[in-house]
Amino acid sequence: MIENLETANNPEKLRRVAIDPISRVEGHGKVTILLDEQNKVHQVRLHIVEFRGFEKFIQGRPYWEVPVMVQRLCGICPVSHHLAASKAMDIIVGARHLTPTAEKLRRLMHYGQILQSHALHFFHLSSPDLLFGFDSDVSQRNIVGVAAKYPEVAKKGVLLRKFGQEIIRHTAGKRVHGTGSVPGGVNKSLTVAERDALLKDIYQIVAWSREAVAMVKDLHNQNPGLYNSFGTFRANMMSIVGNEGGLDLYHGKLRGRDENGKLLFDGVDYQGYSDLIAEAVKPWSYMKFPYLKSLGEKQGWYRVGPLARVQNCDFIPTPLAEIERREFVDYCGGTPMHAPLGYHWTRMIEMLFAAEMIKDLLHDDDLLGSDLMVTGPRELEGVGVIEAPRGTLIHHYRVDEDDLVTMCNLIVSTTHNNQAMNEAVRHVAKRYLNGRELTEGLLNHIEVAVRAYDPCLSCATHALGKMPLEVELLDAEGMLLDRMTRGSDESTSGCRIT
Amino acid sequence: MSEGNFTLDGEDIPFQEGQTIMQAAMAAGKYIPHLCYHPEFKPHGSCKLCTVRVNGRATASCTQRAASGAVVESNTHAINDERRALLQMLFVEGNHFCPSCEKSGNCQLQATAYELGMMSPHYDHFFPNRPVDASHPEYLLDFNRCILCSLCIRASRDVDGKNVFALSGRGIKTRLIVNAKSGRLADTNFSEADKAAHVCPVGVILKKRKGFAQPIGGRTFDLNPISATPHPTIKEG
Repeated sequence: MIENLETANNPEKLRRVAIDPISRVEGHGKVTILLDEQNKVHQVRLHIVEFRGFEKFIQGRPYWEVPVMVQRLCGICPVSHHLAASKAMDIIVGARHLTPTAEKLRRLMHYGQILQSHALHFFHLSSPDLLFGFDSDVSQRNIVGVAAKYPEVAKKGVLLRKFGQEIIRHTAGKRVHGTGSVPGGVNKSLTVAERDALLKDIYQIVAWSREAVAMVKDLHNQNPGLYNSFGTFRANMMSIVGNEGGLDLYHGKLRGRDENGKLLFDGVDYQGYSDLIAEAVKPWSYMKFPYLKSLGEKQGWYRVGPLARVQNCDFIPTPLAEIERREFVDYCGGTPMHAPLGYHWTRMIEMLFAAEMIKDLLHDDDLLGSDLMVTGPRELEGVGVIEAPRGTLIHHYRVDEDDLVTMCNLIVSTTHNNQAMNEAVRHVAKRYLNGRELTEGLLNHIEVAVRAYDPCLSCATHALGKMPLEVELLDAEGMLLDRMTRGSDESTSGCRIT
Repeated sequence: MSEGNFTLDGEDIPFQEGQTIMQAAMAAGKYIPHLCYHPEFKPHGSCKLCTVRVNGRATASCTQRAASGAVVESNTHAINDERRALLQMLFVEGNHFCPSCEKSGNCQLQATAYELGMMSPHYDHFFPNRPVDASHPEYLLDFNRCILCSLCIRASRDVDGKNVFALSGRGIKTRLIVNAKSGRLADTNFSEADKAAHVCPVGVILKKRKGFAQPIGGRTFDLNPISATPHPTIKEG
């Protein structure tokens, strides 16, 4: 933990650089950097400046409305919120075990979500940095640039995402913000025609997912110095794992490891997550900082998401992804990888896993069943946890006897990774920005680190690629010294004020 | 019983004496947008969405009796503009959040807005503070979506013989209330068998624990626009 870069000793004497908002990242995020006259970095912070308020305005609403309402938190991974809320409401309606049809349809929906979101994250938002270089020409460094120079890569990325969205459409009713999952089950199964339409393409999807893993593996092998060290720091990790320790992104028990890979806890029922995790508040960010209670605020923060999940599980229960996991573990030499760019590698392993899971599910006739709902003894409190594309997602609700929500607590993946993302940008700033005159390319290094974790800082919806970037240099008195702006078309202009 | 004809947007519409323009138009398979009108109840004439021009004068077609030789205009650019403005006012007066409303796809207000091509609320939202009444074990009242059509009042009074609902207040402060000392539905004799439980054209009177049980694609107005099915039987769950 680079504590000395979280808060500078004498901030009033320093000039401030703000990356606001961070581009190719959905939601309102901002990085501020304080520099002295020699451009030495004294403070770096990733701020989440958006306030959404879902936890408050869901109060007083009927519980069956929650899975549909809360998914509006996000336009990239609404299915994750839809399902996490549904799982919490399953507890409320006493549906501790769903019908096989309902459980498998939800899993299919979820793996469709993982596939489309991982494809978007890697191909659309991150591959421009990896293929062209972090400080390459900004006019080329976007998905349109990838389509021009690597048309096959861009095409496969787009089609992988499209297939995931088709899965969601068939299971939830719409590509974005559907209604398929309801407390106690699902509201529709697949028709034979829908199943067959998906089966027609799934083998190509598995093949392209394998190619995606190979591509990111090649990038690591071509430049291990960069990929293994960029923004690297050691951290604990947490995720849910399925039966017998296998990778399972829909359901399981909580497991945590320390920075050396040693188990911190295992088999923890997530209904009791609040005994495990607490959240700290810092005055400069709307986003809380979760930590493991047993280790305390300073030592207990952790990372979640693909890099944590693939290293936290004992095996992946699909053959092709398991081969890739083993190769990844071998590459790391038996110790955990902590490099943020390792997120992309493990993300693509997970995308392959999702494709294989979809293939297996599509061969299961339970998807065509008609037994969709169960209920049981009513309860007043429920927790739903799912492994969303970016990491562990916790939904916790209390519902009164009149069926209205009285309490809601959401800990989203981005929040779990808050400290880790701050650490990553501090390491990158210290390594690349220290003592140098800032350019757009150098500042993009900061964004590359954020994007490795998350392209969706506050689960908000904004148009892809339309984010303007404005960087301002101010002197100690707050006087504007230099300004650099990037328009929505990613054209760059600079104007030296003094 | 004497009969006659009038023209609706240039087409001859037959009617029987005593029929309103709305009744005759519906019998002829012609759609005139409306929300507070329901063929099983006496007309109320309050939403004004069914306003047409009869021989050049504006009037509510649900209350205006048909007259032989009358020239009625309904589906015109100018009249539909006014209907859209009325719809927009209905949307901003309440809290209508279609994305998370369980009546979405089965809601006549939403379907009428689609039918008339309403693309935005246009006016500033009122954001009224209207708590829901969840006191009844089987039914929920979400007053946020009430458009004051009075169909539940007419059904409860005229069919159920109960008078569970009423309108209270005047003008912009008019609101739907429950006829109980406590004001809570649980303290009335309202029941699932009541006609009033099944006539709400929007998402106010809702059977509990059934929301979103119908998949997208199978909801009433996913299958047909409201102009084709103005008074569908909405399945609950």
